[in-house]
Amino acid sequence: MAVLVLAEHDLGTLSPSTARVVAAAEKLGPVEVLVVAADASPIAAEAARIAGVHKVIAVSGLANAPADALTAILASKAEAYTHIVAAASAVGRDVIPRLAARLDLMPVTDVIAIHGPTLFDRPIYAGNAIETVSSGQAKNLLTIRASAFRPAAGGNNAEIHDDTQPAVTRQKFMADHRTNSELPDLQTAQIVVGGGVSFGSAAKFQLVESLAKTLGAAVGATRAAVDAGYAPNEWQVGQTGKIIAPDLYIAIGISGALQHLAGIQGAKKIIAVNTDPEAPIVKIADIALIGDLVEIVPALTAELEKIGLKR
Amino acid sequence: MKILVAVKRVVDYNVRIRVRADGTGVETENVRMSMNPFDKHAVEAAVRLAEAGQATEIVIVSIGPKQANDVILTALAMGAHRGLLIEAEGKVETLAVAKLLKAVVAEEKPDLVLLGKQAVDDDSNQVGQMLAGLLDWPQATFASEIKVVGSDLEVTREVDFGRTTVSIPLPAIVTADLRLNEPRNAGLPMVMKARQKPLAVRPAAEFGVDLTPRLTIEKVSPPAERSAGRRVGSVSELAQVMAAEVSELEAI
Ligand SMILES: Cc1cc2nc3c(=O)[nH]c(=O)nc-3n(C[C@H](O)[C@H](O)[C@H](O)COP(=O)(O)OP(=O)(O)OC[C@H]3O[C@@H](n4cnc5c(N)ncnc54)[C@H](O)[C@@H]3O)c2cc1C
Ligand SMILES: Nc1ncnc2c1ncn2[C@@H]1O[C@H](COP(=O)(O)O)[C@@H](O)[C@H]1O
Repeated sequence: MAVLVLAEHDLGTLSPSTARVVAAAEKLGPVEVLVVAADASPIAAEAARIAGVHKVIAVSGLANAPADALTAILASKAEAYTHIVAAASAVGRDVIPRLAARLDLMPVTDVIAIHGPTLFDRPIYAGNAIETVSSGQAKNLLTIRASAFRPAAGGNNAEIHDDTQPAVTRQKFMADHRTNSELPDLQTAQIVVGGGVSFGSAAKFQLVESLAKTLGAAVGATRAAVDAGYAPNEWQVGQTGKIIAPDLYIAIGISGALQHLAGIQGAKKIIAVNTDPEAPIVKIADIALIGDLVEIVPALTAELEKIGLKR
Repeated sequence: MKILVAVKRVVDYNVRIRVRADGTGVETENVRMSMNPFDKHAVEAAVRLAEAGQATEIVIVSIGPKQANDVILTALAMGAHRGLLIEAEGKVETLAVAKLLKAVVAEEKPDLVLLGKQAVDDDSNQVGQMLAGLLDWPQATFASEIKVVGSDLEVTREVDFGRTTVSIPLPAIVTADLRLNEPRNAGLPMVMKARQKPLAVRPAAEFGVDLTPRLTIEKVSPPAERSAGRRVGSVSELAQVMAAEVSELEAI
């Protein structure tokens, strides 16, 4: 039997996390990908290129991924699979537990390591402990933290099956609220510049964005910075925001509260800029500069522009 | 409208937890416990709906040990009307919690069930969605705004691309995110008054739900530790270091 991966997508394109979830799911069995979208075809074509994908099922006619309709579609397909896997994204977190309850199963969510078909690691207590759980269930429903896995390669050409499914939802879509941004995807970026509440205003927070642009980095923020209105909520990194694992995380004016650190545990290297040498972030940073961000950030951006980064 | 709010007693979010040396779990003896932060936002949302004349009764339910009384009292002090403690010792898995809540919904017949988006001990983020699945009710998770419009709810949800606003008919399940509101701190008079409010205590066994765990916790381990690296003394030194780091990144 195969493993079904629910494709993650936005604005008609496949999200980078899907290739990572496929790579994780391959440890469990042969992978099939399900794309559910208003128009699934272009997304399915992208998914078919991911290495390791045996088949793509494209279901068109359902926009905005309402949990009730998505659950019904997944439930109708569940029988044929040992595992149903989604990213630990807003969509995956919304639908997998609902589906699990419908199938009378305990899901395992936010998986960061797969030791076998029924043995998984997941973080608890904001990542301050790692729980290894085994499941005796015949079928397992998982959400995967994409950032904990490397993406599968491309170059595949899997077959695509168009499938029709009646999609009935009681949810009425009203509006989306997005920030237009040219910055790379936060969840899969190699470099992330994170800013805290100490920037003091939305205008000053743009210093973070300038530095990020120079580095080709994504921007992250603390909850305090988001609450203050300096950054949009989708930039929040941490226990209740996005979980990231960049090669380089640059934390500027961030104290390093445990709820924030929960989101950056997978970062390979951490650079901190902070006035306080005793800040928790400084104590775990690989490299730290003690000083005032108001002076440091513009100077640093200018200096990096001068050096001219080649990426 | 009648609202049911589910609240969980967890290790206080400020506590730096310690993993037991024998790998059996996290030390919870003699640790400060409190209401799951997200659940405070759920209670606050319910109380505000009552204050706005849109809700008539708020019932609080918690599943846990005797001491979970505390968090129910906190919710009653914030303005909820009565409480129910479903007593259960040890870990109750999210699926069993959802089934117990379903049984409570059958008894109480609320129009809206409010929960937190996740409990900060196990960080599961499951129960609300599971309850919605069991009841086959619409759900709106990760709410940062709730508006009652006739017999529908307009909920703004925090999602990966930003926010999305959806409308769902009642009865429904909503899970609260932290930007939903600022929970109040109940003053002493409210705390005193809370003690007079009805609080039923019933054993989990009464609800006929199988509490046998489906998952086995094989072990609990501490995460890899990080330690401080080196300091740089100037912006230009930092720029050099960063440029070197960036040039070493492997292409994905
Ligand atoms: C249930 C729950 C969930 C949470 N989830 C998250 C989450 O997902 N993500 C998250 O980030 N937080 C989360 N939090 C909040 C978290 O506890 C902290 O409050 C938050 O991370 C602090 O943000 P901060 O570092 O911007 O602010 P602060 O903690 O106030 O730190 C500001 C830092 O800036 C430094 N500083 C000040 N001025 C300057 C200057 N001029 N130059 C350089 N440095 C300066 C200070 O020394 C300090 O270290 C959560 C909290 C709770 C209760
Ligand atoms: N034992 C419990 N008693 C009451 N409510 C609970 C319990 N466990 C979870 N919940 C509710 O479900 C939400 C999500 O929890 P979880 O899915 O465990 O992360 C919490 O914020 C609570 O509102």
